[in-house]
Amino acid sequence: MPTEIGRADAQQLVAKGAQLVEVLPKEEFDERHLPGAIHIPLRKIDAGVRASLAPERPVVVYCWDSA
Amino acid sequence: MYDYAAGKSDWMAAGLPTEGSAAGRPTAATVARREVPICDLEESLRNVRERVRAAGWDTCVVVNGKGIVMGLLRADQLGQDGDVTAGSAMRPGPSTFRPHVAIEEMAKVMAARDLPNVPVTTSAGELIGLLVREDAERAVHEDQRGPS
Repeated sequence: MPTEIGRADAQQLVAKGAQLVEVLPKEEFDERHLPGAIHIPLRKIDAGVRASLAPERPVVVYCWDSA
Repeated sequence: MYDYAAGKSDWMAAGLPTEGSAAGRPTAATVARREVPICDLEESLRNVRERVRAAGWDTCVVVNGKGIVMGLLRADQLGQDGDVTAGSAMRPGPSTFRPHVAIEEMAKVMAARDLPNVPVTTSAGELIGLLVREDAERAVHEDQRGPS
């Protein structure tokens, strides 16, 4: 299970080299995403996704909000 | 693996930069006024009314101890008998909007529903600001006109 974090922690992790991953649909990612984020839609998250992420760096995933 | 649960909505509500085709375009969060009158449920309507009018507003957002929007006091509610509490005079459970909604969409909804202002909140209902319809319409015009 991923560890839930807030904005300050997310910023700190990214500053230290964490990878930001947006899991929303492509149109929503294309319109607006967090600086430096990559796009991996939720439906495509599976074991194969490891190939597009650096295993040594932490990963921070996000969508719109927790609602 | 970490989950930034409050997500893009929270990021934008904080006014932090984004990238993408709509980055920099106005949203509910960027246009909403942050310094707005608030009161708690138990405050007397008389006190609230005096404070709100002195600040040049005709609306007050009623919030609980955690900053969660509980209701709105617009001109009609503020004009009631001053001896009641804000909680009993308010319009409870107003429609709230998320910070990332494009300003064009906000302006359309507010015009269609004849809303003079609406609270912009986090997904948990915490007040971010109050979006005033005139501000939304002005922002749409400026956005359509593009940079001068």
